[in-house]
Parts: sequence; structure tokens; C-alpha cells
Amino acid sequence: MAKKLLKGNEAIAEAAVRAGLQAYFGYPITPQTELLEYLARRMPDLQRTFLQAESEVAAINMVYGAACTGQRVMTSSSSPGISLMMEGLSYIAGSEVPCVLVDVMRGGPGLGNIAPAQGDYHQIVKGGGHGDFRMIVLAPATVQEAVDLTGLAFDLADKYLMVSVVLLDGSLGQMMEPAELPPLRDPARPEPEWALTGARGRAKRVVTSIHLVPEDEEVFNQKLQAKYAAIKAAEVRYHEYQTDDADLIVVGFGTAGRVAQTAVKQARALGLKVGLHRPLTLFPFPEQRLADLAQRARAFLVVEMNAGQMVEDVRLAVNGRAPVKFYGRMGGVVPLPDEVLEQIKQLAETVGHTPHHSPVSCLPLDGAIA
Amino acid sequence: MTTMPSIAGPVQDEIVYARPAALTETVTHYCPGCTHGIAHKLVAEVIDELEIRAQTIGVAPVGCAVFAYNYFNVDFAEAAHGRAPAMATGLKRVLPDRIVFTYQGDGDLASIGLAEIMHAAGRGENLTVVFINNAIYGMTGGQMAPTTLPGQKTSSSPCGRDVETMGMPLRMAELLAAQPGAAYVVRRSLHNPKEINRAKKAIRTAFRVQQAGLGFALVELLSSCPTNWGIAPLDALKWIESHMLPYYPLGDYKLAEGVERL
Repeated sequence: MAKKLLKGNEAIAEAAVRAGLQAYFGYPITPQTELLEYLARRMPDLQRTFLQAESEVAAINMVYGAACTGQRVMTSSSSPGISLMMEGLSYIAGSEVPCVLVDVMRGGPGLGNIAPAQGDYHQIVKGGGHGDFRMIVLAPATVQEAVDLTGLAFDLADKYLMVSVVLLDGSLGQMMEPAELPPLRDPARPEPEWALTGARGRAKRVVTSIHLVPEDEEVFNQKLQAKYAAIKAAEVRYHEYQTDDADLIVVGFGTAGRVAQTAVKQARALGLKVGLHRPLTLFPFPEQRLADLAQRARAFLVVEMNAGQMVEDVRLAVNGRAPVKFYGRMGGVVPLPDEVLEQIKQLAETVGHTPHHSPVSCLPLDGAIA
Repeated sequence: MTTMPSIAGPVQDEIVYARPAALTETVTHYCPGCTHGIAHKLVAEVIDELEIRAQTIGVAPVGCAVFAYNYFNVDFAEAAHGRAPAMATGLKRVLPDRIVFTYQGDGDLASIGLAEIMHAAGRGENLTVVFINNAIYGMTGGQMAPTTLPGQKTSSSPCGRDVETMGMPLRMAELLAAQPGAAYVVRRSLHNPKEINRAKKAIRTAFRVQQAGLGFALVELLSSCPTNWGIAPLDALKWIESHMLPYYPLGDYKLAEGVERL
């Protein structure tokens, strides 16, 4: 299938349809509304369910109900709307039913603004809802990655019976880029043995998140933690650029990582041995890979469009083996490559570096998903 | 020639009453004298009589009926507080040929879940709702509900509900019946056998409305809470009649076209 010029939000919507999306429930909020509008037209054409809910609270609970049937279901929103969904996400995690959530982040806190930001890292990656739960979090930096990771989000949600999140910022949601869509998958699915479909010829089934006896709740929590450990062992994905011989490692996800790659490219042209590590999975976080990079790297620079959220995880992974500096823009401001380059230069001067003059090899931005 | 006396077999008594197949053989956690047990039985009998047990999915609330899924022998989901109509909407939209019902109390439906129930009614969502109104929060120990009557003492209105500061109770059947999307909205009571029989007929109609695809159906059931009202079960039934009926009149608030033919 040839590449087409696609808008991020619409590309995610179509990728979800092609992954077998059977029901979508959502509520308008900028900058993700095109995703809802696209599915408002597309889903009825395919005799699949589209419903505009009365709130994000209702939308996530409609998703919860539809997910109980074992079908592929999704909702999407932006930061303030995601805050409203946290209750439902905790219940879904506590019930172990699969679904996909798309968060097209905007500036905050509060009503904030509609400009691109990454301030939802904590609430999505650490779980803003109550209880010890995790969601799989995939962070694309290009429209092609958004397409690919949306399909992956459904597969991982089904595999691990949990919420998978596609986490991007408003600029990627609004951006148009050439991307290739996968073929349409058959949405028909075998009925999972836990699905609520009516107790015909079998014992009744119950989907619930209650374990009233503390010891039972602890056993359930241990099961969740074992699942999360298995995900950490098997599902880490990241993109790297020029890390093989790098003294300095720049780390950023999504748009911040993409901007940082341009700065890294410029720094290489200046002879600085710098590389980029861009996590594609924020949970599971590539902590082992960062620990390995810290064996050789002299310093890390974390670039985010927030006050410094992922940097905490980088510091945990680096575990004191190298200094970890942070550069962030907030409130909907996207850092420019020049700003990041300046940070790289300053860091290189602080920790010292080994100049080199070998030819620069440039990997394509949308390189293979590791 | 002598005839042998016939040997009488065991007497085959006619079964006139049995536990509905739609109820499990589980002892409920409800307090003595609580009318939840009656409401459960009525719903289960209707499910049996309509022969829909194997195609029915229930959604339980947060409140005293949180464990309803233990007592009904049908597929069940347990919703977050107030969100049962949204969860039921998701189930029904994906499986439109199944029968989906919610079972909700007054804190769940009339307070925290007001938006979800209003919009389910507004959309004419093809659901059946069993709404238990006992004028109090039961599970958390007897706090004021949106349905608590003026002057009624609860643990969070210890001097009685002062309408100057705590407002007036909501009449949900009237409120929901006013929405064009609602097909069948009635209020019944569980305080005596005659009203219990009327309540069962209404629950049956509410399920038949869904089977016929006519839209949103809700039966409000005035119910007792002897434990949190602090009065004996029989007195609690009398209190429904003396105090609740005047504020919450029984009746049919919405019968959309086609409902009376069911």
C-alpha cells in the first residue's frame, strides 16, 4: 500500500478501524477532535458502533462496558478529558478487560490551552487513577509511528488484558505527513472465555474489580504485578540515533524526542559525540537499555515538553552512574532544535567530550522499531 | 377372583413456588427486613417468565446492591459508582440483541450518576433500569441521599434534612419521564403484597419494552431500609406508605406509543 498524506489524528482513527475497532465512544476536546469526527463518519459506514458520550466520564465507562464483550473498543481525548477518565481506567485495570485509549496532550494544568505539551506523562505512565495499576504506553513521534503503534496498542491490550495508551501531543495529532496504512483486518474475533455475552449453555460470568477480602485483593495485585513484570521483560521498544559511540545521550519521547534528534544531528556536524535515545514504550520503560548506555555515556540530557516528568525515570535507570540534565519547555511551548543544541553544547563543555571528525551517518527518523 | 389393591405411588404435589432459575442459591448480605431481596426476586421471576436468562447481562451499582452479581444467575458487570447506565450503553451497543439491565440505588442513580442516567434516557438507550429509592445511603451507613425527605434524620443530616441548606429531594421518575427519549417510566412500591404484584408487572413491562426495542425503560421502586432508618421492618413498610408515598406518588409517568400493547 502506497504512502498517503495523513493527519495524525485521522491516521490514528483509520489505523484503529483497520486493527478491528468495533466500537468507539468519545467526547469532543481540542486537539483530538478530528479523531472523533473521522470515526463519526467512518464507523457507521462499516456498521460498527460510534457514540458521542455526554462526558469523558461516560465515554470511558461505555468503553468499559463494551470491552466486557471481548470486542476491540477505544476512546480518545486530551489532557483535561483524560483526568476525568482516571476513575474508569482504574476500574478497567482492576477488571482486566482490554481497550485502547488515545491521549493527544495539550498545555495544562487546569484548562490550560490547546497547544502541544507532554504534561500527562505522570498521569498516564504512573497511573493517575487509584490503586497499583499500569497501562501500556506507546509514544509515537511521527504519523507513521502513530499508525503502527495504534495497531500494536490493540494487540498488546488483547494480549495482556489491559489498557493500552497511544500518547502523543497536539502537534503530532494536527500534523500531516506521508504514512502507509496497514490493510483492513477482519474484526471478527473468537469470544474470550471471560466475555459477557449472555450465559447460553455455560455458567454465568462476572466482570468486577471488587476483592473484598484483603488477602484476596493482595493475591489479585500480585497477579497484576507479575503481568507487568512480564511486559517489562518482553515489550520494551525504543528508537536510537547515533548512540553507538556517544559520550552524551539525549533522551526524549514523542515530539520532544523528534526535535532533539535534529539537534543531535546538528551537534554531530559540530563534531560532538552525541546520540539520541527515544523511548517508544513509556511503560514498559527502557530502563535496562538506559542503564547499559550509562555504562559508557558521560552525561545524559532529557528533553521534555513539561517541567521534568520522564527525567525521573531516566535518573532511576541511570542510577547515579552519570549526571542527568533536564531541559523542558512548558505550557504548550515546543522547544526548537537550536535550544536543544545549546543545551548539548553546554553539557559537552561541562563534562568534557572527545571530538571526532568521522563522516556523519544519518538514520531515517522513522527508523525500525527496535 | 380377587383384585389386588392398587399401590399408591408417592403423591405428586404441584409445585406452586420455587426459587427462580435466574437467582443463585446464595444467602444475600442484605439486612433483615430490607426490600432488596423482594426486588431481586421480582426481577429474576420476570427473567424466567420471559425466558431471557441466557441472553441477559446485568450491571450492578455501587451501593447496597454492589453484590447483585452474586445473586442473579446471569452474566454481570460491576460498574463504578453511578456509571452503570454508561457501562450498560457500551454493552448494549455492541450486543444489541442481548437484554441489558442496570440495578441502581438512589445515591448511585440520582446523585453521582445523574448525568449518566439522564443521557441514557435522553438517547432513548434501549435499556431496562431497576431503580431502588429508599431515601438514604445504605451501604455507607445511612447518610443523606438526594431522595432523603425534608426533615428526615440521617447520619449526615442529624437534625433532619433542612431544605433551606440541603435542598429538596429529587423526583427521578418525573424528571426522566420528561425526556422524549424515555419510553416507559413508572414508580411502584414494595410496601405491601398488592404493590409488590404491581411492581412485578411493571418490571415485566420494562423488560418487554427493551425486547420490543421501544427505548429507555425505568421502574422506580420505593423501598425500605430498616437498619439505617432505625425502625423495625414492619414499621419501615408503614413509613414508606405514610412518608414516602405523599412525596413520591406511585404511577405511570411515561408510556410511549406501543408500550400499552405489550
